Amino acid sequence: MEKRQLTCINCPLGCQLEVVIDKGEIVSIENYGCQRGIEYAKKEIANPKRTVTSILPVIGGELPMVSVKTRTDIPKDKISECMHCLKDLKVGAPVKIGDVIVKNIGNTGVDIIATKKVDKKND
Amino acid sequence: MDNRDIVIIGGGPAGLAAAISAYHAGVSDILILERENSLGGILNQCIHNGFGLHKFKEELTGPEYAERYVDQVHELNIEYKLETMVIDITEDKHVIAMNEIEGVIDIKAKTIILAMGCRERPRGALNIPGNRPSGIFTAGTAQKYVNIDGYLPGREVVILGSGDIGLIMARRLTLEGAKVKMVCEILPYSGGLKRNIVQCLDDYDIPLRLSHTITKIHGKERIEAVTVAKVDEFLKPIKETEEYVTCDTLLLSVGLIPENELTRKAGITINPKTQGPIVDSNLETSIPGVYACGNVLHVHDLVDYVSDEASIAGQKAAMFVKNSLISDDKFAVIAGKGVRYTVPSWIIDDSSIAMSIIRFRVDGVYKDHFVTIKLDNEKAYHKQKRILTPGEMEQVMILRKWIDAKPELKTIEILLEED
Repeated sequence: MEKRQLTCINCPLGCQLEVVIDKGEIVSIENYGCQRGIEYAKKEIANPKRTVTSILPVIGGELPMVSVKTRTDIPKDKISECMHCLKDLKVGAPVKIGDVIVKNIGNTGVDIIATKKVDKKND
Repeated sequence: MDNRDIVIIGGGPAGLAAAISAYHAGVSDILILERENSLGGILNQCIHNGFGLHKFKEELTGPEYAERYVDQVHELNIEYKLETMVIDITEDKHVIAMNEIEGVIDIKAKTIILAMGCRERPRGALNIPGNRPSGIFTAGTAQKYVNIDGYLPGREVVILGSGDIGLIMARRLTLEGAKVKMVCEILPYSGGLKRNIVQCLDDYDIPLRLSHTITKIHGKERIEAVTVAKVDEFLKPIKETEEYVTCDTLLLSVGLIPENELTRKAGITINPKTQGPIVDSNLETSIPGVYACGNVLHVHDLVDYVSDEASIAGQKAAMFVKNSLISDDKFAVIAGKGVRYTVPSWIIDDSSIAMSIIRFRVDGVYKDHFVTIKLDNEKAYHKQKRILTPGEMEQVMILRKWIDAKPELKTIEILLEED
């Protein structure tokens, strides 16, 4: 049996949920203020996911950096692997919003896409 | 001298939405003046997601949210000047600006929309003793260095203040390889969103030290450490709790202030509570034909509400140009018990408007309190909220039918009640 404390993020109350887990299964959830807290705890224990956003250098662009994100959220424990894959990457200008920069980052099945338009630099 | 129907000062989310809405309301002679080298304002450096949930029902990053408005400005051929700094606005609506190409320009505007946004409270506003070494940044400056310029301001970081930008930067710097040692918050609660506390701090095991502040900055050329102390209930540091924390960078995330130097110079009346101009429900300031929207008016929690508010300013400015605003009469809106301020401060007596939005912030944390609207001491609205916090902007609607039912109406009061 393991006891985990989670802060519910659905509203400013931020209920301190107390979740008891046994062999990966939720045994009980306590201290929730409403139904949304239960749903949040279930998802956060079973499969916590986050969207990762970062930046990459642009070669020949009017801006030095382009912002990027995972197209959808990825498992939380894959975040550092995702950042590691981006570490030495550079992108050639021009870049449009939605351009795929990396396919299937860290085998998550999710692509890294550009979130900013960077045109070519006029010399 | 140039003549324009509408001049908009600032090309961030407020200025862009105001321009688009003014265009759709039938005025096309619009000029946006932006001091940076691109449109979009602060959204360009807010690369995290979470923008647009209310407006577009999806989670966008800052640049993606901005692009939706910038694209429309281009499609509608709305004119803008970049790297152009407005240095003065006058009571008779001249806008004096300058840029490298044209030098000083003088534009006579029929209406002006103020959309200059806000700026961060700097170190000078905090009175922390110690030297003046390098390595101390506002969170937003650090955000610009990392996300726009692409370099890391430091490797060992302490953050003072738990505002959302500070929380976002705690995660951002951690992901880029810096060690964020702690976030200190002088109050017993954080003003940041719960979501940011969980996803920016808890996810990376960054401690949030509530009721803690920084009492001294150490280092000569570069910051070397800070002294952190717990504070008592009167926010006074407790000497025995002092702790020496090494760092090469200190970020400040200690609040935002509307940027109203131009507004003040023009003689427009400022609300001391918001530090923004006093406006009526048309978002008109004390100078007829000068409107304000977005963070220059009051600091918003979500950009979605900035866009909504700016659309109203754009529409009303267009109506002013076309001479189609029907009324100048207005009712005062009073910030009652528990309410720090309201925007607007006046509701225009216009029977064609079915409802007017009042946005406000509360002055403390209130659980299970009621938000009440009184029209001359008579309750028109009374609704319980599970929690009200100063970090979140609240809003209520004033319905025209309430006003119509009270021919002698003088004031509208928004207040919090226990029952």
